[in-house]
Amino acid sequence: MEALQARLKTPADLERYRAAIKAKQETITHRLSVCGGTGCAGGGSARIRDYLQDYLARRGLSARVALRFTGCLGLCERGPLVIVSPGEIFYQKVTAADAAEIVDQTVLKGELVERLLYTDPLNGEKYVSANEIPFLKKQSRFLLGDNWRLDPASIEDYLGLGGYAVLAGCLDGLNGAEIIARLKASRLRGRGGAGFPTGIKWAEGREAPGDQKYIICNADEGDPGAFMDRSLMEGNPHSVLEGLIIGGYAIGAGEGIVFVRAEYPTAVKNIRLAIARAEEVGLLGEDILGSGFDFRVSVSVGAGAFVSGETSALIRAVEGQVGEPRQKPPHLAQQGLWKKPTVVNNVETLANVPLILRLGTESYSGIGTASSKGTKIFSLVGKVNNTGLVEVPLGMTLREIIDDIGGGIKGGKRFKAVQTGGPSGGCLPASLLDLPTDYEALSEAGSMMGSGGMIVMDEETCMVDLARYFLAFLKEESCGACFSCREGIARMLEMVEAITRGESSPGQLELLEELAAVVKEASMCGLGQTASNPVLSTLRYFREEYLAHLVDRRCPAGVCRDLISFRIEAGICNGCGACRKSCPAGAVEGKKKEPHRIAAALCTRCGICLETCRYGAVLKE
Amino acid sequence: MVNLTMNGLEIAFEKGASLLEAARFFGIEIPTLCYNEGLNPYGACRLCLVEVGAPGRSRLVSSCTYPVQPGLIVRTHSARVLKARRLLLELYLATCPSSKIIQDLASKHHVTRVRFKQKNEECILCGLCTRYCAEQMHGHAIGMVGRGAERRIGSAFNKKSEDCRLCGGCSYICPACQARCQGPDEKSAVCGACLNLAPPCLDDHDDAMCYLDPCAACEMRGER
Ligand SMILES: Cc1cc2nc3c(=O)[nH]c(=O)nc-3n(C[C@H](O)[C@H](O)[C@H](O)COP(=O)(O)O)c2cc1C
Ligand code: FES
Repeated sequence: MEALQARLKTPADLERYRAAIKAKQETITHRLSVCGGTGCAGGGSARIRDYLQDYLARRGLSARVALRFTGCLGLCERGPLVIVSPGEIFYQKVTAADAAEIVDQTVLKGELVERLLYTDPLNGEKYVSANEIPFLKKQSRFLLGDNWRLDPASIEDYLGLGGYAVLAGCLDGLNGAEIIARLKASRLRGRGGAGFPTGIKWAEGREAPGDQKYIICNADEGDPGAFMDRSLMEGNPHSVLEGLIIGGYAIGAGEGIVFVRAEYPTAVKNIRLAIARAEEVGLLGEDILGSGFDFRVSVSVGAGAFVSGETSALIRAVEGQVGEPRQKPPHLAQQGLWKKPTVVNNVETLANVPLILRLGTESYSGIGTASSKGTKIFSLVGKVNNTGLVEVPLGMTLREIIDDIGGGIKGGKRFKAVQTGGPSGGCLPASLLDLPTDYEALSEAGSMMGSGGMIVMDEETCMVDLARYFLAFLKEESCGACFSCREGIARMLEMVEAITRGESSPGQLELLEELAAVVKEASMCGLGQTASNPVLSTLRYFREEYLAHLVDRRCPAGVCRDLISFRIEAGICNGCGACRKSCPAGAVEGKKKEPHRIAAALCTRCGICLETCRYGAVLKE
Repeated sequence: MVNLTMNGLEIAFEKGASLLEAARFFGIEIPTLCYNEGLNPYGACRLCLVEVGAPGRSRLVSSCTYPVQPGLIVRTHSARVLKARRLLLELYLATCPSSKIIQDLASKHHVTRVRFKQKNEECILCGLCTRYCAEQMHGHAIGMVGRGAERRIGSAFNKKSEDCRLCGGCSYICPACQARCQGPDEKSAVCGACLNLAPPCLDDHDDAMCYLDPCAACEMRGER
């Protein structure tokens, strides 16, 4: 695309520029979208892109075949992915060696490379078009759906898809109050965790006295295993930026800041590039599109502590202080960054803003449930067949997400629980699988929406051990200022650990519950206030499992090492000696061709013998 | 002035003040460990919790850091507050039993047992010393280091700071190591004995007034 000669000065300039981009795009006959998301990049997709680029150049096709290196396309497990359009032909597990064939067969001859097509593991069917693949088809990818249609480094791609038209429309025809009224009508709620209505938050920011205000995009995303914000920032940074600029205009801020963790280098790079390109063409800076509105955006890179995602801690981090929360009030809308009125919004929340204004509040609020509108991106991980990011209408049931999109539990095992809401969310049992994923339903069940983490567990997960895992994470991540949070989490962990070792006593469950309730009530910020959820929800739904550990000194899932033992069944063992050789503790004894035995005193219960035995003679009890 | 309701009383108090200051002004006693009138409030010990908001939608907040607000409904001694306060004191005893201040507060709140594993730490990270050093002495010789369970009070590079003028303010203001008590016997963290260090007991002083409640001496004799 030719460089723009001068900054765009009016909405009409923008439309002329867009028309030029589209005209240029008409000359393209084919597009190759190579996934540059985390999973595919790890599988070497950059090399595939380079090979394709070389090969296209050698065949003289560079002018009419466009090559894009995109954000995450969603089916990370099958990566590296390449989509060829027209036709949205979906190639999976592509290697650099396939590059030439894709060009020769598919681009030039219009034929499929059969071996690269996707076969669904559940129904065994082969799919050609990305739009037909069950995992993607059952989603509503309003936010993620454009990822394969655009190169995050290219503002032209975003403009070609109609990007920044909403911003231009706002600057040209709406004042801040009108934009806020539309957001209120859409009932958009924050996607960063607390689910606060965005329209109300913006109204507070707008009404706060002061001529210097800030709007901050929270891209700290500290939940382990969560990557929805990362994916948006990496795959479609301009959609987040457009939301941020509209927010700045609506509340009357002159400056926006994107706070992103250093562990996301690609996101940092892409958002910086997006800001630079938007400045160049005149969508950021002074007098944007002749509206008189000045707005600048900078990037602040954080050290990546979980707690610094909390808004008041984040503001301290942006100011260069230690990222520790403070008590509110004063609310940030009154006293935020540099003591000025400040609005903080999550990445996904901001990406929803242009969408709402484009679709219109009525169509938008047609998606979702009565109290929870729009879509939500979940990071579906754990023991399901299809893991990855899934974007669904709010209110879809857990069962639909896990079974229909996730493809059910791996290896034909039984579903046991799903943890929603990240480390301080809750664990829900099979009896609640028909629960809709809306803010209220999840909190009433003792969990939360959080930022959209969803970890699926099968029968081999011990719920006490799981509570232990999350407590250990939160103990590390608590800033440590509040006594109730610091000492409370450490003590809950101590008690849960004692239970997993079989060293606890019956009254301890009640004490644990009592302590968990106080940590929740007495702590200052959201971290402490939610830290008890993993304990309380597992106690609520899996109490018998705690009791098994406590009373019977038994771990039903066979996870807690101190409560399990291994035994060799003499009737099955043929004395092959494989387990004896593999045991790192030297605990297996026995003569060749005679049944072996495990010496309990030496056994460290690592389970290697069980994995080694080909005859099923080793039993875990 | 700001009008609000505290424990059912309509009160008016200076704008910008904290709920704790207002409560104390009206003679309502709220326990604190990390608060000192001369220092910026820090909200770390959580003992000063009070319940704010209309019944049914109320929550607990630290009164030392919460500003008085028009129309706010505050309850300083509700069942919810006392329950949390007592459990926190039990946790303090389980963590740092050698502080006389903590022992006294526990006694006063009838915390008579510790159900958690006993630890013997010296510091409760209330931050009084670091704030004293920074705000009163402009020293910044000590500060909080580390996060979460690793958090502790330290100086830069763990060396004695050039900024330290040996004023001793840090140990003067410390509620954990200052006026350290002899400590309870090893079996239990609950002591309460210091209440009787010099008891104005009627046994010894016929014309003294007995006002101790609870009085450990009486309790031990089984007279109450
Ligand atoms: C411990 C803790 C960590 C948080 N981490 C994040 C985060 O990484 N990203 C985020 O957007 N919000 C995070 N939040 C929620 C924010 O405090 C805040 O609610 C959110 O950024 C507001 O934006 P929203 O209204 O658009 O959701 C966190 C909250 C807590 C208590
Ligand atoms: S005195 Fe308020 S939290 Fe310590």
